[in-house]
Amino acid sequence: MENQLLDERTETDLLHEAKEGNFAAFQQLVTKLQPRVYGLTFRILHQAQDAEDATQQTFMALIEHIADFREESSVATWVLRIATNNALKILRKKRTVKMVSMSEMASEDSYSDVPHPEFIAPWSQTAEEIAQQSEVQEELQKALLELDDKYRLVFILRDVEGLSVRDTAHALELTESNVKVRLLRARLILRERLTKKFGDALQAMIPDHKHS
Amino acid sequence: MTCEELLKALNDYVDGAQLTEICEEFSQHLAGCDPCQVVVDNIRQTISLYRAGQPYAMPKSFEERLQQSLKQRWEEKHGGSGASATFG
Repeated sequence: MENQLLDERTETDLLHEAKEGNFAAFQQLVTKLQPRVYGLTFRILHQAQDAEDATQQTFMALIEHIADFREESSVATWVLRIATNNALKILRKKRTVKMVSMSEMASEDSYSDVPHPEFIAPWSQTAEEIAQQSEVQEELQKALLELDDKYRLVFILRDVEGLSVRDTAHALELTESNVKVRLLRARLILRERLTKKFGDALQAMIPDHKHS
Repeated sequence: MTCEELLKALNDYVDGAQLTEICEEFSQHLAGCDPCQVVVDNIRQTISLYRAGQPYAMPKSFEERLQQSLKQRWEEKHGGSGASATFG
């Protein structure tokens, strides 16, 4: 009975109780948030052990800082931001050679060299139908992994996790305009690749206009 | 409208901006441009496809270890009987 009552509490309710020292509420909050935290860190790191480390660090940090959290964003957004930072730290350590520098990570991108759509065709099935196919997930992850980190991270946070442009910018310490440019690039690269696979070639079209 | 402006407008449109908020020129262009409409649709499908998959369930064994570690840390921080809420 008590568990049922706990389950009906929102993340914000649980946060408030946890702030007052209620461990059961804190545990409930962790249970609610852990699929997203683990999913996000796994998507960034692509390795179970690393994702576990980042997840654990995130919730440990939550214990440390929960009392100071000023609730300027939702608790989920805040926790996902901590998770992103932890995942990035692990990613940077692993990529000492290949890793782009912090300044490159934060450098401004422009729209001028964004790749233009080449293969344009409606997909022959809906995303929901395609998602049911077992080999598709692997294909999706492969495509995502081939993106540069700076584009991949923006796509994961904004489009997969559904954070706002503003929260994505905040989590990655980028400007909102830079998030948008990188997002466009990530979306166009993934669109191109997935449309080559799932697009209906018989209905392929060529842009019939030239922009100046 | 340059290619860059068009792509930028298209990106905002995918993000849910209303056509009226973007610009009249883009709105008119989109209405008459099938390839652009298909690109928008492709991008939306791409995002849906990535959102549809939930392949990363947290391993049960890790969940148990995590709960243990958190309980231990909580008790260290809050002193002993962390599991019971006390007020005052």
